[in-house]
Amino acid sequence: MSTITPELGSLALSVLMAVAAGLIGSFAVMRRMVLAADPMSHIALPGIGIALILGVNPFWGALALLLLGAVLIWAVERRMRIATEAVIGVTFAVALAVGSIITSGEELIDALLGTPARLTLREAAFGIAGALIVIAFVLRERNALVVRLVSPEIALTSAVDVARLDLYFFLAFALTIGLGLRFLGVLLMGSLIIIPAAIARRFARGLGTMLMLSVAVAVACTVAGTYVASLAGRPSGPFIVMVAGGLFFISLVRRRET
Amino acid sequence: MRLGSTDVIRGVGFSLPRGSCLAVIGPNGAGKTVLLRALIGALPHTGKITWAAGTVLGYVPQKLDIERDLPLNGRDFLRARAALAGSSSAMQAEALRSVGLPEAVLSTPIGNMSGGQFQRLLIAFALLGRPNVLLLDEPAAGIDAPGQAQLNEVIHGLQDTRAMTVLLVSHDLSVVYRYADYVLCLGRSGACFGPPRSALTAEALYEVYGQPLGFHVHDHS
Repeated sequence: MSTITPELGSLALSVLMAVAAGLIGSFAVMRRMVLAADPMSHIALPGIGIALILGVNPFWGALALLLLGAVLIWAVERRMRIATEAVIGVTFAVALAVGSIITSGEELIDALLGTPARLTLREAAFGIAGALIVIAFVLRERNALVVRLVSPEIALTSAVDVARLDLYFFLAFALTIGLGLRFLGVLLMGSLIIIPAAIARRFARGLGTMLMLSVAVAVACTVAGTYVASLAGRPSGPFIVMVAGGLFFISLVRRRET
Repeated sequence: MRLGSTDVIRGVGFSLPRGSCLAVIGPNGAGKTVLLRALIGALPHTGKITWAAGTVLGYVPQKLDIERDLPLNGRDFLRARAALAGSSSAMQAEALRSVGLPEAVLSTPIGNMSGGQFQRLLIAFALLGRPNVLLLDEPAAGIDAPGQAQLNEVIHGLQDTRAMTVLLVSHDLSVVYRYADYVLCLGRSGACFGPPRSALTAEALYEVYGQPLGFHVHDHS
């Protein structure tokens, strides 16, 4: 399979992935999904392990399990409505454990922390298409998502199909994690979705500012972190998250006026 | 109606003429909120709910727990509803006027609004869907006395000017007597239904709440 210029392909993909992460993260943070976001990315690991055993590109294995995980969270949340955190936490911790047993050595480190990217053409094309789908979904459905997060009941009387919207939201969330695995790895991708949105939330007093700030921070962290990692020849995930975490702590200094 | 394995409401039947106001009363846990949520189709139930043809529901939920730092302002919230209903920005301004809110609330984060302001914003939000039936779940809960009075005026103003049918859950029996055409009481032993003056006898209230209530109707007529 042909390899496109690693710099160009992965830069385009990483920027679009960060835009998607900033958008989906904004709604995840507003919906109080902060703690669920992180473990959700862990379910990708057994997918990567299984794909490696079968000799398939690990990206597809990861994606398949992430989408499965999204449907699982959706179903659990619908059935139980409350106390989903324990179920999510346990399920995804087990996934991480199983995944780390069937994946080994260097591949495990890459999967956990993100590799300096070398993308196949097909992977880059799929990634870019996926990011565009997530971006389009959030922008198109933002009104329904706003009403849904304020109250599911008023969403229902506003002709919003809440169950379907939730399912699409979780799938878009899982897809975003899948897109970022290459750059941040299983352990850290959740935080690229959450941290920029958490920073934006400290400053924003309206939806527009929230979305724009979150996207800007996500893109800045991804580009800066990936660049530093490539200079150091190390996995990119830890650097991206260090930049994001640094910005978050700086943002704590500013007191929000209410 | 069942929640889990518990019968929450059983054997409730009533019908309501267009443009009238029904107050739903009863002690905590009697199933008032459950009834409203069943009426909007948010909860499964057995039995039959029939709305007149052309009925459009507007729902104002019980006091919502909005985080203070939620980055959504009044404009984001109303604009979302208007976009979903395909209504114009003129309608948004009119909805705000109908509930007596100033334009300034558009740039206020919804978590920073006072209880009364947010409750009126929720009503404005519901109006954007052009409802002819408005269901309100304890709209005045947790709101100070002037705010409650204002809210009651808004609700009954809407009933008069827009010929809206209103179903509201209330704990305030004086409001029930003053505004409601019909009252539905959900109580420990079954339900009662009728115009407040005939349905809300001392005995009926005792049945509903399980203890005597010191409430007097001042008949000025």
